[in-house]
Amino acid sequence: MRSLSRLQIGPASVALLLGAFLFVFLIIPVAKVIFVAFQDPNTGALTLINFSDFFRTSLFQESFVNSLYVAAMSVVFASVIALPLAYFTTRFNFSGTLLIQTLGVTPLIMPPFVGAVAMLLLFGENGSINLLFDEWFGFTIPFMEGLNGVIMVESIHYFPFILINLSAALNNIDRSMEESAQNLGANGIRLFRRIVFPLAMPGYVAGASLVFLKVFDDLGTPLLLNVNKMLAPQAYLRITSIGISDPMGYVISVILVVFSLLSLWTSFLALRGKDYATLQKGGGGLMKRDLKPLEKAGCYAVVILILLMVLSPHFGLAILSFGTVWSYSVLPDAYTFQHYLQMFSTSTQLISNTLIYAGLAALIDVVLGTAIAYLVWRTNLFGRKWLDFVAMGAVAVPGVVLGIGYLRTFHEFNVPIIDKPLATWWVIIVVALAIRRLPYALRACVAAMQQISIALEEAAENLGANKRRTVFRIVVPLMSGGIVAGFITSFATASVELSATLMLVSTESDAPLAYGIYEFMQSASGRGPGAALGIVAVVIVGAATYASHRFIKSKNVEFTT
Amino acid sequence: MKKLIINYTMALCLAVIPALALAIEGKLTIVTSYPPDTTNTFKKFFEAKYPGIQVEMLKKKTTAGIKYLQETAANNTSDMFWASAPDAFEVLKGDNLLQKYEVKVSGIPEKVGAFPIHDPDGYYKGFAASGYGIMWNTRYLKAKKLPVPARWADLAKPVYHGHVGMSAPSRSGTTHLTVETLLQGEGWENGWALWKAIAGNFKTVTERSFGVPDGVNSGQFGLGVVIDFFGLSSQASGFPVEFLYPPITTLVPANIAIVKGAPNRAAAAAFIEFLLSVEGQEVLLDPKIRRLPVNPDTYAKAPADFPNPFKDKTLGAAVKFDLMLSKDRYNVINSMFDVMITYRLDELRAATKAIQSAEAKLVGKSNAEAQKLIQEARSLVNALPITEAKAGEKGFNAIFKKKRKKATTKVTGRQADVEQEWDSQVKANYAKAEKLAGQAASML
Repeated sequence: MRSLSRLQIGPASVALLLGAFLFVFLIIPVAKVIFVAFQDPNTGALTLINFSDFFRTSLFQESFVNSLYVAAMSVVFASVIALPLAYFTTRFNFSGTLLIQTLGVTPLIMPPFVGAVAMLLLFGENGSINLLFDEWFGFTIPFMEGLNGVIMVESIHYFPFILINLSAALNNIDRSMEESAQNLGANGIRLFRRIVFPLAMPGYVAGASLVFLKVFDDLGTPLLLNVNKMLAPQAYLRITSIGISDPMGYVISVILVVFSLLSLWTSFLALRGKDYATLQKGGGGLMKRDLKPLEKAGCYAVVILILLMVLSPHFGLAILSFGTVWSYSVLPDAYTFQHYLQMFSTSTQLISNTLIYAGLAALIDVVLGTAIAYLVWRTNLFGRKWLDFVAMGAVAVPGVVLGIGYLRTFHEFNVPIIDKPLATWWVIIVVALAIRRLPYALRACVAAMQQISIALEEAAENLGANKRRTVFRIVVPLMSGGIVAGFITSFATASVELSATLMLVSTESDAPLAYGIYEFMQSASGRGPGAALGIVAVVIVGAATYASHRFIKSKNVEFTT
Repeated sequence: MKKLIINYTMALCLAVIPALALAIEGKLTIVTSYPPDTTNTFKKFFEAKYPGIQVEMLKKKTTAGIKYLQETAANNTSDMFWASAPDAFEVLKGDNLLQKYEVKVSGIPEKVGAFPIHDPDGYYKGFAASGYGIMWNTRYLKAKKLPVPARWADLAKPVYHGHVGMSAPSRSGTTHLTVETLLQGEGWENGWALWKAIAGNFKTVTERSFGVPDGVNSGQFGLGVVIDFFGLSSQASGFPVEFLYPPITTLVPANIAIVKGAPNRAAAAAFIEFLLSVEGQEVLLDPKIRRLPVNPDTYAKAPADFPNPFKDKTLGAAVKFDLMLSKDRYNVINSMFDVMITYRLDELRAATKAIQSAEAKLVGKSNAEAQKLIQEARSLVNALPITEAKAGEKGFNAIFKKKRKKATTKVTGRQADVEQEWDSQVKANYAKAEKLAGQAASML
């Protein structure tokens, strides 16, 4: 550490810039909104009474417990889904690895409003599966009732966080570690449990903590399933009710942010004091071995079963987009292309807007993410951890709060040259998306950084490279897997984000896809076209994801040869 | 359908002629909560009439639209606000964000049902009427062998347990008016008792008002309390659903207003006049829009079974709707509904189920003690945390208000505090009611 931190002027100025960016676009807008939480509702004086109200209200206590339960259970189920997919595809010679990895990410790009509609049509009390069960066996299974439904939808939606980060970590493990263990007689489960999984721990923890945070703070799913006794929906319902402005909504937002940071800090503690870095790089990760035919069949069966389950919302959505009327029946009454024609006639601009916004936002995210990861793990600047904490805090800020905060902060600031308020310029949507998705990219970058041994950088510096050169020629290339993983997660999720965008879109020509889907889904006749637009979103973002996977693959080949 | 196409062509022809005379130009930005079926159709006809104007429909749900206008007021870029719920306009009016406007079109009556069509203070204008009713999925009812309901009270019958959906009044202004209408029509205590009896049969309380027709359309639940155009337009989109106005309903105007400091006021005024003109009103008859015009002459062109509130006096006129009363206790009603029903739905459902099964067992038997226990359970469920007088008190309402209170209104207590107190009462009552009903059932 010491040897690398003599020249601090460069890093310090980068840190200042980052800090200023986060201060202007995250802290100020959010503070402007949640300030209400610290005001006495009657007198306007500063007070903590609202927080004591929160802890004395049994509804909020129950909501807190429910949120915690749902988040923890979702991590468990998401891990069960992600582990086999990540392990099989990185550990064995498995045809279709790329396809599986890509399909494994698609649940993240399920646009809001349609995912739950599709899931209800398939798994709801009167959905296809239960109608069939009722007919054949005379009973139904409450997949989607209450908290069960939230856990099911959340773990299917967010497990890719674990899959992506864990796969990146597995690909980064030094092969010689595994070989040594094998030479010492470790095999099978023991090898996985004692060597492979512990070495991949930073990736798993990065993914699992994201799942936990996202589920804990997620609003869309519980709302769509009409589960309101959880913290995030309580906050939202109280903030957005017409005419009422109950400070409790903002109090809950503060609690969400604080609790998220707390759980993040716990995950730091869990990893502390352990060194996950391995020296050798570019060896292509774990040794891939061939499977025996029977094993292969077993693995495929597991993979296919999992994929069928996690892609079920997409199947439902596809059927919905082609179906005419689908009501209280196993499948729609008839099929048509009409929805696609109707959708394409109005929505091409939505698609190009989305690609621009999400692409720019994800680019900003990986640049910021890499910079913050480097500052935190490779320098000893004062307050560097705070950069990390503040950036991660964005994960817990409800989109509505950020959206209102931006309107409040930037509406009176006119951008020079174009002479429009910053809050109504499309760039503000990109910034909002970048801030909202920064935590994903950041976690991926940090995990990648933790796996690089500092000795490699020291070696480069001993050979005469300066800091800049070391960062660009050694650190960033070695992190490329993590950076691309971060880009994919940020891009995919930004392209379907709605809550902040809904506040910030100020002209129709600036609207992204999710906004269009939302608009369609507001009318009975719009369900089909909305679903069709959802499918288009999934296909486009899926294709972009596939392309970036290809990109990593080709890069990896470059490094090894 | 053919008739409609002819109507459209006629409207288009009519539209082109005066356009030559009127030369209003520029961009017209309308913040609206309406679906594309409505906005695109009106945009098309309006732009045909005024070729110089480009209409920009900025879609935001009502709550987001209000926040947007509030936050952007200092540097306003929107011309109009166009949405259903009158209370949304009341909020904007209260914040001094709307512009007064005098309508020039003639032939619009003063009232529809018991409700004034235009804001008496002149800020927002009604352009269509809507009433609440019951919508149901015919396949669902057939499969579960449920009867078709006719009145609100029918929804409280045990056969509908777990089959009904509704939005919360705090989430949807029109739902609020339905709740308030029943409270005014049946009286404070009976009204709440009826709502709780219906809510005991709820499958869910949806977060958006559109969640109700969506749930009925897809068959997630069988019956829903919805505003008419949701039911009627779902039907027009081919879903196997039907809609009915129960005897106690209120007709509410859907509104439009000019935003204060609108960049293009001339175009905004033209849009209001267009909406209220004969051609604009006829567009409302489109099966995908399906709202009741406020111009009585338009009904001559409507399909045969189209409800006409200006002829059919039973529609929306059964209750003398007291607008001031509703306004005074607006937020208290929302909060009471959420505390007693939305957030304690599981407990309320369990208590209701227990009472319903005890009552079913009691049929044909006489057991005074069991009957007394059931009575007691019912009154526990029906118990209200506050009286009607208290709900209308100014000082008490101020606890729930958005704005910092005026110095003259004395406010004691905080919303969270009050709600927690209600919640603990309600929760204990529901639990006890369930227990008593269970005891009664075990005696039979």
